[in-house]
Amino acid sequence: MKIYILWLRQIKRYLRSKSRILGSLAQPLLFLLAMGYGFGSVFQKAGQGNYINFLAPGIIGMSIIFTSVFTGIEIIWDRQFGFLKEMMVAPMSRLNIMIGRTMGGATVATMQGIIVLMLSMLFGFHPYSFIGVLLTIPVMFLVALLFTALGTMIASLLDDMQGFQLIMNFLIMPLFFLSGALFPLEGLPKVMSIITKLDPLSYGVDAFRYLLINSSHYDIGLDIAVLSIITGFFLLLGGYFFKKIQI
Amino acid sequence: MNSDLFMDTNKIINVKNLIKKFGDFIAVDDISFSVDKGEIFAFLGPNGAGKSTTIKMLTTLLTSNSGDIKINGHNPAIEPDLVRRMFGIVFQDTSLDDELTAWENMEFHGVLYDVPKKLRRERIESLMQFVELWDRKDSLVKEFSGGMKRRLEIARGLLHHPKIIFLDEPTLGLDPQTRNHMWEYLKDLNKKEGTTIFFTTHYMEEADRIADKIAIIDHGKIIASGTSAELKKDTKTESLEDAFLSLTGNVIREESATSVDHMRTNRRMWRK
Ligand SMILES: Nc1ncnc2c1ncn2[C@@H]1O[C@H](COP(=O)(O)OP(=O)(O)OP(=O)(O)O)[C@@H](O)[C@H]1O
Ligand SMILES: [Mg+2]
Repeated sequence: MKIYILWLRQIKRYLRSKSRILGSLAQPLLFLLAMGYGFGSVFQKAGQGNYINFLAPGIIGMSIIFTSVFTGIEIIWDRQFGFLKEMMVAPMSRLNIMIGRTMGGATVATMQGIIVLMLSMLFGFHPYSFIGVLLTIPVMFLVALLFTALGTMIASLLDDMQGFQLIMNFLIMPLFFLSGALFPLEGLPKVMSIITKLDPLSYGVDAFRYLLINSSHYDIGLDIAVLSIITGFFLLLGGYFFKKIQI
Repeated sequence: MNSDLFMDTNKIINVKNLIKKFGDFIAVDDISFSVDKGEIFAFLGPNGAGKSTTIKMLTTLLTSNSGDIKINGHNPAIEPDLVRRMFGIVFQDTSLDDELTAWENMEFHGVLYDVPKKLRRERIESLMQFVELWDRKDSLVKEFSGGMKRRLEIARGLLHHPKIIFLDEPTLGLDPQTRNHMWEYLKDLNKKEGTTIFFTTHYMEEADRIADKIAIIDHGKIIASGTSAELKKDTKTESLEDAFLSLTGNVIREESATSVDHMRTNRRMWRK
């Protein structure tokens, strides 16, 4: 019940900020359209098939990583506006607070991912099967959970908004660009290939591709396993840092 | 103070040699005090004296550098979850969620504090009537004035009935009506449920009127404690405000603020 109310709070805040919803849809859409149509013919000529189809799962990954890291980092706002204190003195373990918040953030990011999926279908994305689309949703949630936990962890270590831009530029952007969201993982230079293997988002995007367009670089089983383990790890670590927050 | 006293079960808050540093700065400097069960305790001191910092340590939000705290026999640093069950708090600065409505803020709090649904709904309505915000219950908090937020914050703090209530300058920015109203409610709670009340304020007449016992902290040290009458008697002053000023010094804060007598002389001179 307590975890539920924390979850509900995140959902309400999300649904109330229309500008945030629109704002966080604009970026993925821009990428999908500009790159999808821009590189479409080059991609096709290279014998890789339809670029919009290839790109859409990556763009879904993009909207999820940005939204979830952002909702995780929202703790800094809560701290600044004082609401964090209200949560921190409540008779509820900090681990549960962290779980409720993370679940809420992950749900929000998943909703965002679903909206991007539907929008991309409007712009010419053809998923392979309906079952695949349905199965994508829990995987979206898993990816969202991973990055919300990461955001929470980072936010627990930051005192104010100063570090936020730094995190966005030096962590989230690279995670996105090096995930294979925009390009195939086949035939990459050695170093690049290693880096992409270290990027958790690349397993998320790979799983989306498997479920949505029936093509994947790693194995779906491996994708899910890697995502689950890293999520668990981030949750524990986030919980640990969250516990240590002093106000 | 001997160790037997420290174990006294009648003492719901017991603080011994508590120290908190921020870097090199000592915000709370080796303070010891205790609060009896069911007591109304005022913690007074000038700005920056260390009141809020002390409250944060008592309420699990900050850890101390050294010293011992017992809240109903439990150490907030060691058993935070247990200690959190025992108190309610109204913070000095706002701690509402601006993006939620007034009612949602109340409901959220009630759920977090395990107030059963029926009781919760009843209390939310009566408390919001009490602070005259019931007709604004569905407004987002960000649309509220400062005073309205404060009133909501107070109402929220009273939603669950804990063993101890901490109030950090609860009446700051409140109109006299609401202020009196609030204290009546708290006194009633104190009488009926034996709730211990620990509060800070800069309104001396408020402390004088309400508190059973007072401690005065300055520069992180407790410089006097006792009942209002005792403090007045010790400082040979007529009002608590004068006693406070004579203890903490008027206007100028000298580095050798320990010399209370010196301050007192100054004060007398000004009076003439
Ligand atoms: N997080 C912090 N980092 C550094 N210094 C701090 C921090 N919190 C408080 N201080 C310092 O500790 C001292 C005590 O602050 P505190 O908030 O406890 O004062 P206070 O007695 O509550 O004052 P007021 O009446 O103004 O609320 C102040 O000098 C303040 O600047
Ligand atoms: Mg204060």
